[in-house]
Amino acid sequence: MTAKKINITLNGYNLKIDPGTTILDAAKMNNINIPTLCYHKDLCVAGNCRVCVVEVAGQKRLSAACATPVEEGMEILTNSLKVRNSRKHIIELLLAEHNADCTKCYRNGNCELQELASEYKIMTQEFIELVPYKTYTIDMYSPSIIKDDSKCIRCQRCVRTCAELQGVNALTVSHKGDKMKITTFLEKPMNSVVCTNCGQCVNHCPTGALVEKNYIEEVWEAIANPDKHVVVQTAPAVRVGLGEELGFEPGSRTTGKMVAALKRLGFDSVLDTDFTADLTIVEEGTELLTRLKKALVDKDESVKLPMATSCSPGWIKFIEHMYPEYLGNLSTCKSPQQMFGALVKTYYAKARNLEPDKIVSVSIMPCTAKKFEASRPEMLDSGYRDVDYVLTTRELAIMIKQAGLNFMALEDAKFDRLMGESTGAGVIFGATGGVMEAALRTAYEIVTGRDVPFKNLEITPVRGMEGVRETSIKIENPKPEWAFLDGVELKCAVAHGLVNAKKVMDAIQSGQSDFHFVEIMACPGGCLGGGGQPIPTNPEIRQKRAQAIYAEDAAMPIRKSHENPEVQKLYRDFLKEPLGELSHRLLHTKYTRRERF
Amino acid sequence: MATTYQLKRADFVFKNENDWEQVLSSIIRRSPQELINELISSELKGRGGAGFPTGLKWKITSELKADKKYVICNADEGEPGTFKDREILQRVPYKVLTAMAACGYVIGSNEGYIYLRGEYKFLEPELLKVIDEFEYFCKEINLDFKVKIFMGSGAYICGEETALFESMEGKRGEPRNKPPYPSTFGYMGKPTVINNVETLAHAFTIFKYGAKKFYDLGVQYSRGTKLFSVSGDTPKPGIYELELGMSLQDFVYEFGDGDTKAVQVGGASGFLVPRKKFADTAIGYQGKLTGISLPTGGSMMLFNSSRSMFNVLDNYLEFFREESCGQCTPCRVGCQQLLIGIKAVKRGERPATYLDKLLRLTETMQYTAKCGLGQSVANSFSSIVENFREEMIY
Repeated sequence: MTAKKINITLNGYNLKIDPGTTILDAAKMNNINIPTLCYHKDLCVAGNCRVCVVEVAGQKRLSAACATPVEEGMEILTNSLKVRNSRKHIIELLLAEHNADCTKCYRNGNCELQELASEYKIMTQEFIELVPYKTYTIDMYSPSIIKDDSKCIRCQRCVRTCAELQGVNALTVSHKGDKMKITTFLEKPMNSVVCTNCGQCVNHCPTGALVEKNYIEEVWEAIANPDKHVVVQTAPAVRVGLGEELGFEPGSRTTGKMVAALKRLGFDSVLDTDFTADLTIVEEGTELLTRLKKALVDKDESVKLPMATSCSPGWIKFIEHMYPEYLGNLSTCKSPQQMFGALVKTYYAKARNLEPDKIVSVSIMPCTAKKFEASRPEMLDSGYRDVDYVLTTRELAIMIKQAGLNFMALEDAKFDRLMGESTGAGVIFGATGGVMEAALRTAYEIVTGRDVPFKNLEITPVRGMEGVRETSIKIENPKPEWAFLDGVELKCAVAHGLVNAKKVMDAIQSGQSDFHFVEIMACPGGCLGGGGQPIPTNPEIRQKRAQAIYAEDAAMPIRKSHENPEVQKLYRDFLKEPLGELSHRLLHTKYTRRERF
Repeated sequence: MATTYQLKRADFVFKNENDWEQVLSSIIRRSPQELINELISSELKGRGGAGFPTGLKWKITSELKADKKYVICNADEGEPGTFKDREILQRVPYKVLTAMAACGYVIGSNEGYIYLRGEYKFLEPELLKVIDEFEYFCKEINLDFKVKIFMGSGAYICGEETALFESMEGKRGEPRNKPPYPSTFGYMGKPTVINNVETLAHAFTIFKYGAKKFYDLGVQYSRGTKLFSVSGDTPKPGIYELELGMSLQDFVYEFGDGDTKAVQVGGASGFLVPRKKFADTAIGYQGKLTGISLPTGGSMMLFNSSRSMFNVLDNYLEFFREESCGQCTPCRVGCQQLLIGIKAVKRGERPATYLDKLLRLTETMQYTAKCGLGQSVANSFSSIVENFREEMIY
């Protein structure tokens, strides 16, 4: 039975609305846009910016549309003079508090406050500017995120993001009144608190108060330096997000154009992180099977199960802070980015006959935590810094615009060879559940010699946007060397968003679960919803990007990592075998216990 | 000077006849419905300042089904110029506890809290003793009701009921969006009755003497008596229990020093009334008497002609700038703008007409602020600026 609809009038029109709907949603459904700032689809309603106020007949005070449910007989005006004047006042107040030096702001052109100021044509500064009255420090200590309080409008979207999506609570509100601000534990810099560098706060910030630390100029310089060979790798999720910054609808697959653009920007070699995603699967799949063997056959009690994926640097830092006693459960595999970095200055350099110190290794990532990851002291296994610069999807879009490329009109190009080949399994790394799916495709086949028992290799139980997904695959008729796995139910869990990671970890901690393999991605939706992806990102957009990722996979001629011919060649010519000595040196890593504040 | 003024003093709240045990025993012999009716017919309204009918509050919560309900006594008395709740808790705490237990009995709650203002920490030891004794008696008469004290930490905003709940839940004291209201979704998301200390003390009077005795005092829409915290330029500062509905003129005859220039009714978030409007102003909840009628939490601050109204406003705005919780734009930024705005006008950095701009801003604050604090800043600002404009400028 559906609940009875409620009658309201909206700007004079009679409407029937489902009970419980907010005024904001009711208006949106009827093609009336009410401006918002503190509201975000990913987050709980705060109702604190007050920009969305509307007039309800019979009430002297205005109501926040985001926080007020419709009621029977409500007469709502979204554009009355009183509403307009109030909204304008609120925008003016925010501008008076905000460092509105727009031309010098990283978010110039993509700022919700700026948009509102433009919409309401705020042409003068009505009130007294507050910024000169206060002292602000810009926190630039983090390798990933810059926090500039002078641009903060106290909407608390970052705080809610950090708490609700990520369960990290690195950012919080302190003080009250005019001194109220968003800060960290004891106001420590962002690099010395529990922050995972995931960048979700950056992605959810309406202004330029939280932005990624950008390395655009450094990369331009490297490109311009004739002595340097600049190699670029692109993460799977970038190709399904980049288009949004450059004129395409969300969910557009722009792999070919992205490669073409990168070539025109002047990179010497345009390669694919998907290649090392495939490599990760081979290493990690082998690692999983090795652990299972040790646990089930050798009864080795020091083996840590479940094994957890290690591709998401936000997740890695999270577990280092929050569950350090479980570091042994992490796969020792580096993330695809770092495997790539280590190989570029060894394998690739050798094959291309280049001096490693002449190579500049750049990666394009949907992620801000990757910037931190590249700067970790462990990531020097090639003898050099394995990845020199990490750019987000947004930074790449900026470079493309700066270069004056008409992205939409570019002709598709193909990745360069040697570490440019990839499979469908590599590309789905960009979506939550993708690593799990890719790993199962390979591991199941290694063990049984047959395809995973799912139509078109699509392991649908691990797909989707549910916060935590569990599945199991029964292994039947394995090859003789894997006979010990016969009849074993391989239990897997997938979680995305650190608040869901927490749920899985707590289940493991309390002994309620007996998973063998756990995939965790720091960001909602996986990398496609990463902190470095185009702004805005919201549930619908993530859904579209996910569809694009799976369409990429389906379109690939090879869909299993271990069948990647370049990966096979890599083992033949260089690494010799998975988990071999060279693998250990270049492709595996260790983790650090960190303080929890 | 006229001598026939109409100030009616009363003595209910502080009159201690040590009979709370009998009163409580007789309360629980009556049905909850009977008690609600008693309260409703007394027309008691919330004495914290907002004036919501107390009987209705209890009724709404009593009708809800929930596994848990709470009774909370709001003793976060933070409004500048009020000090009556402190006195009640010091002198007649049993009355408050008795009314809380009565409320628990009516709505079906066995858990009460006193949210005690941080600065009233010194009251805690004595209160705890009283609570012990009180709970012991409750047990004796088979009334399942426990009271705990929750210490505030000094934030003015936590006197706002939903911010108070947040604070009790261990979160930052920030007002919630309303609806839902506390009656349905209060402390821990459970139906909650939250009453001011004085309201509960009056409820005791009503249960003891019957609604009629209370109703017969005061005037239409503003029944009963009210405690007033009288301060400022007065020869007799202190707490006085008066019948509601009096004219401010009469009040000033009684408490003024002969040179009263203005009275701030209701603390920093209340209204300033200049001398020329004393006769037209009544103190009560609503409904026009002779002129405007001002509700109040009980703070009455008198100012004589030696006082600069600019300094008075400046002081209030300093207070608000600091005590705003800071979450909503109109209150956080608005308070700062008002404060630096009047200073800029005073220094001649902005024209006198800038005051009009600020007046319009207070209107917006009133319309759009998330809670009562931000909405009420306009009261003192506009009443002072409109009545003493020249003092703001020169």
